[in-house]
Amino acid sequence: MDDLNQLLLGFQVALSWTNVMFMVVGVLLGIVVGVLPGLGGPNGVAILLPLTFGMDPTSAIILLSSIYWGALFGGAITSILFNIPGEAWSVATTFDGYPMAQQGRAGEALTAAFTASFIGALSGVVLITFVAPLVAKLALRFGPAEFFGVFFLTFCSFIGMGKENKAKIVASLAIGFLLAAVGLDTISGDLRLTFGSSELIKGFDFLVVVIGLFGVSEILLTIEEGLHFKGKKAAIDLKVVLRTWASLPRYWATLIRSSIVGMWMGVTPGGAIAASFMGYGLAKRFSRNPENFGRGEMEGVLAPETAAHAAGTSALLPMLALGIPGSATAAVLLGGLMIWGLQPGPLLFIENKEFVWGLIASMYLGNIAGLLIVLATVPVFAAIMRIPFALVAPIILIVCAIGAYTVESSRFDIWLMLIFGVIGYVFKKLDYPLAPLVLAIVLGDRAEDAFRQALLGSGGNLSVFFSNGLVSTLMVMGLLLLFWGPLSAGRRLVMRKVTPTRSAPASS
Amino acid sequence: MRRFVKAAVLAAALPVASAQAWEPTKPIEIIVPFPPGGSSDQMARTIQGAIQKNNLVSQPIIIVNKPAAAGGEAMLDIQKSAGDPHKLITTSSGIYMTPLATKLPVSWKNFTPVAMMAQDAFLLWVNASQPYKTAKDFVEAAKTANPPLKTGGNGSKREDHLISVTMEQAAGIKITYIPYQGGGPSSVQLAGGHIDANMNNPAEEIANWRSGAVKPLCVFSDKPLTYTQKITADMAWSDVPTCVSQGLDVNYQMLRGMFMPGKVTPEQQAFYVELFRKVSETPDWKAYVERNALVPDFRSGQAFVEFLTTDEQKHKDLMGKAGFIGTN
Amino acid sequence: MADASDTAPEAGLSRRIVEIIVALILMALSAMVLWDSYERGAGWDGGPQNGFFPARVGWILLIAAIAAFVSAIRREDSVFVTYGQLRLVGSVFAPLFLYVLAIEFLGIYAASALFMAVFMVMLGEFRWWQTLLAVIAVPVVCFWVFEIQFRLSLPKGPVEAMLGF
Repeated sequence: MDDLNQLLLGFQVALSWTNVMFMVVGVLLGIVVGVLPGLGGPNGVAILLPLTFGMDPTSAIILLSSIYWGALFGGAITSILFNIPGEAWSVATTFDGYPMAQQGRAGEALTAAFTASFIGALSGVVLITFVAPLVAKLALRFGPAEFFGVFFLTFCSFIGMGKENKAKIVASLAIGFLLAAVGLDTISGDLRLTFGSSELIKGFDFLVVVIGLFGVSEILLTIEEGLHFKGKKAAIDLKVVLRTWASLPRYWATLIRSSIVGMWMGVTPGGAIAASFMGYGLAKRFSRNPENFGRGEMEGVLAPETAAHAAGTSALLPMLALGIPGSATAAVLLGGLMIWGLQPGPLLFIENKEFVWGLIASMYLGNIAGLLIVLATVPVFAAIMRIPFALVAPIILIVCAIGAYTVESSRFDIWLMLIFGVIGYVFKKLDYPLAPLVLAIVLGDRAEDAFRQALLGSGGNLSVFFSNGLVSTLMVMGLLLLFWGPLSAGRRLVMRKVTPTRSAPASS
Repeated sequence: MRRFVKAAVLAAALPVASAQAWEPTKPIEIIVPFPPGGSSDQMARTIQGAIQKNNLVSQPIIIVNKPAAAGGEAMLDIQKSAGDPHKLITTSSGIYMTPLATKLPVSWKNFTPVAMMAQDAFLLWVNASQPYKTAKDFVEAAKTANPPLKTGGNGSKREDHLISVTMEQAAGIKITYIPYQGGGPSSVQLAGGHIDANMNNPAEEIANWRSGAVKPLCVFSDKPLTYTQKITADMAWSDVPTCVSQGLDVNYQMLRGMFMPGKVTPEQQAFYVELFRKVSETPDWKAYVERNALVPDFRSGQAFVEFLTTDEQKHKDLMGKAGFIGTN
Repeated sequence: MADASDTAPEAGLSRRIVEIIVALILMALSAMVLWDSYERGAGWDGGPQNGFFPARVGWILLIAAIAAFVSAIRREDSVFVTYGQLRLVGSVFAPLFLYVLAIEFLGIYAASALFMAVFMVMLGEFRWWQTLLAVIAVPVVCFWVFEIQFRLSLPKGPVEAMLGF
């Protein structure tokens, strides 16, 4: 109960006029940063960090963490409208969000994404409020083997039996892994797959590849159909919001599952990106109509957004409680804490109570403010779909080019974006699936690093992946998910033999 | 936000008066060869803050993170920008280590050294639950350990790895080094007991030290740190003995400095030397140095070049012995 | 998609040929990866070496590419893209290519202005003042957002240098 009192005190701190103003400014800035590809949350926070040096630490962290909330919300907007993920964790949102927009349901998709984000964030904040010290310790149990277990589980939950040609799924996955491997190898400290090119030493940044594969290629595909955007008739009034909300309770299972996945991945430093993919994969796996995924299924928007935000929010917990940043943005905030003269770590909760609880209270308020602000913008963004193609398309392409450039301040990346645009166009037309490629490029090298770190520690002994309860559970769950498809297909086959007239029950 | 615009408008309106001395005419870019949030990034942003707050330059300062290829990309960028007086790069030992390890065609000798801001110490950290009290205990334990004790640190063939291998050679022990993505992860891994020791900088471990998760055994510098303020109940940075005094003959510090691209004029160089001297005297910078337990050591001009030359030779020797010199 | 039009099939690029080209490119790619990986060691030395994973993935890609190649030869041919569509795609791709090229020489702002102008005049039906407004507004807004607000330095060329940036 002491905690509750502290929280109420925190609300008093956070609800001062200046702090509310910082919150609103922060959320708005964050949305801008999240919408523009290449200008992610970490950049947004880092850019404003020096401005906060003279500020009171509580106000400063409220401003900066609000940017973070805004960026989390904003990442979904371009994913849904233009198939361009503003942030790595909104890639999974494009899979169903963009088809929804094409069907004229952009408002619905945006509302679903924002609301899901809010639910995810809220569950993360509740977690931080009530069980912070208990859960924070979990992060310490994660060695390399456990990390590998998490990535393995993510891959297995996402890679199912797709409808595409198997060879093409495998090829796409392999290309993703190879792109991720280019550049400096963390473990050996050597360059690889750079073929002597000084442009390739930095490897292929995920965002550059995705902007090309998804954003640029989509424009090329759109133009084939003539000079207009699909989904022009997007409804643009706030009634859409209410209608979408009314349909949300149906998806309670998905929302809860994704929240749990997200909180877990945020606290154990698996991260928001892995969480969003895993949330999407699991939702598809457990859905009654998995064949609708990828064609504009609202569940496919809700699942990754909830998971990503639950993870993004929970990632602040290890930062506050242990001084471990759970995400890149958290790392920048951590730097900020030290600059403001606060020492993150277990003692923060004791020595700087007002700061910690002010921050936690601002998480509630910041997310409520964020939700209200983004919902109010739904009609504005949905209306973008009505602007003539010849005006919007070049603007999108310019923003794509700027986004690709800002990732590493490299002109070469703009060329790469163009090349991946063509690759995306050809691959989509030839039914090479892009999702496995993207998943592999995001998590491929991290999984490889964790695998090799674990083996270095065990002296090359593979049993390290089953050496304790935690890692064994992760690996077994992964294997179960991997073989879920064939297993349930086999079971269906057996069932059919027993009762040949009945069709397979839709219980899975 | 408003403030930005105002500053920009003011900057544009201010007449650049002095005729003889060089002044920047457009925004100054500081390239950080590490990701946002790391210690180099924090240093750059502290400098940025100190310059803005104390109005040391009329032009805005922009920070650009180029972490790819262990900073190799950032160095290539500076190499390509020869003659550009509006670019700076923050540097650590990576300025010699990355080219030596990867054979990238860059060298600090093609850059213009501006100033060394400070040196950063490395300490030998172990999990607090371990029985070791001194570096000697650790070495003894490493001698008999099977499988070998594990250390972890930032990347491969970088500072942490170099210390680890040098330690093996100096003490005649076998250690398994596990490269992580940065000092932060390696700190967590140590607190979680997944590795037996790490060689982190003070700033990277201070939180875990205060919370009692880890403890320092010794510092790899030739004299103990000077900060006497208590960090834990009974210890200050100055209470950590040097590793050499404990019979572990390894001595290593890392520079933190600023370079410009090559082929700039002496006036341009002089402007930045003066600027960073002013920065090093601001209270913001002093607070930063103390918070991170850096060794204040401002050098410029010839003194800096001499330091670099000796330090590079030292790295060549150590890396040669450790087998880190790139062959590809 | 509009590939199943019931009128007489429009002439276009053969899908089979594109499939085969892509499969061949992937094979070449995997060959490069395999060469690079074995060159630097793809074995198991107390744990996987630097090239271990890329090499394994390279083999997998090679097999997948061969499978894609075979199925491309065996499948019935269809139209990948009709020449009419290709012309439309080209009308977007060509300016885009020139835009990226122009960034190298003109910087991103001047190139963006040109790109907007070409795109809107070629593909849209706008009044001249609408085009002019967009051509001026887009680079200016970009400059304001990125350079002034977010302090990001984007590629600049002679025009910006003339204006003192």
